[in-house]
Amino acid sequence: MNYLKTFTNGLLKENPTFVLLLGMCPTLGTTTSGMNGLGMGLATTFVLIGSNVVISLLKNLIPNKVHIPAYIVIIATFVTILQMVMEAYMPALYESLGLFIPLIVVNCIVLGRAESFAAKNNPFASFLDGAGVGLGFTFALTLLGSVRELLGTGNVFSLKLFPEHYGMLIFVLAPGAFIALGYLIAIINKLQTKKG
Amino acid sequence: MTYILILISAVFVNNIVLSQFLGICPFLGVSKKIDTALGMGAAVAFVMTISTVVTYLIQKSILDPFGLGFLQTITFILVIAFLVQLVEIIVKKISPALYQALGVFLPLISTNCAILGVAIMVIQKDMTLIESVIFAISTAIGFGLALVLFAGIREQLALVKLPKGMEGTPTALIVAGLLAMAFMGFSGVV
Repeated sequence: MNYLKTFTNGLLKENPTFVLLLGMCPTLGTTTSGMNGLGMGLATTFVLIGSNVVISLLKNLIPNKVHIPAYIVIIATFVTILQMVMEAYMPALYESLGLFIPLIVVNCIVLGRAESFAAKNNPFASFLDGAGVGLGFTFALTLLGSVRELLGTGNVFSLKLFPEHYGMLIFVLAPGAFIALGYLIAIINKLQTKKG
Repeated sequence: MTYILILISAVFVNNIVLSQFLGICPFLGVSKKIDTALGMGAAVAFVMTISTVVTYLIQKSILDPFGLGFLQTITFILVIAFLVQLVEIIVKKISPALYQALGVFLPLISTNCAILGVAIMVIQKDMTLIESVIFAISTAIGFGLALVLFAGIREQLALVKLPKGMEGTPTALIVAGLLAMAFMGFSGVV
């Protein structure tokens, strides 16, 4: 088992957002700015790493018949921990991500990695896999958030690049999320066909 | 009057898919044919209404009185997973054709964030039981409406020749964006 490959696999080749198209709801819903995208990505990474490691440790104890409910309970536990910590230490971010924090529990990326990786591999590899996929997700969300923030308001991470007057507000609103992500995926498809 | 406002707001103004970004996976996945879209919409409506009522009662009668609010996420997701299993068994028995058509997406309803999202939203907005039921049904109608509209456009889109790289998901997302823009026209109605 090549550990480095495990880590980079989720980062680029199997990027959950751009290549596998998983976890679309938080991708579209929370990326109104680069900061929100980064926050959501790191929150998901925390849950991914935690649930991956615990599921990998318990994989021989969980009966096969009830493995999905058992995984969901483990994931929900980490989401609840995250909710409490964020509410206590990062109330502003918690407020702006809102409903999407408890909804990490139904993010298909988390359950997908548990089922397809953590259930078959040792805890260390599962940790790396969770970190890789999580950071790949964070990268995608931060990129999409920055693009939308730039086109919509002229800022990136609250750093002014051009006056707000020229911004297209539509990119911060709902339709802009779909359109920006559509074009980003098209560009990535184009780059990949060139490489291959 | 409040009930009509809830209905219009959930179906058009704050459409669950096009303005709140919940339930995107089935929206992109099952929307290639109008028939499947209708079936999926019906399945979601059924599960959403039942699960909202059940989770609402659990929240008000067990979690709140005993101060167990922090268990909300775990409890709700387990109740929803259980209900989806139940619906799956019933549909399999009553309508094998529909079961065939919905295929893999029926178990996936349990990871449909719209269901859990509505259950949590109802609690956050402090609605009464009747308001919650109406909210759940109208949200599901909004979901079905968006799904069917989108499926109709995609059926036509399948006939068009597109540049390489734009085929499939990118075009689907851009079409969804235009649809969302159309729905923005409803803002200010309520």
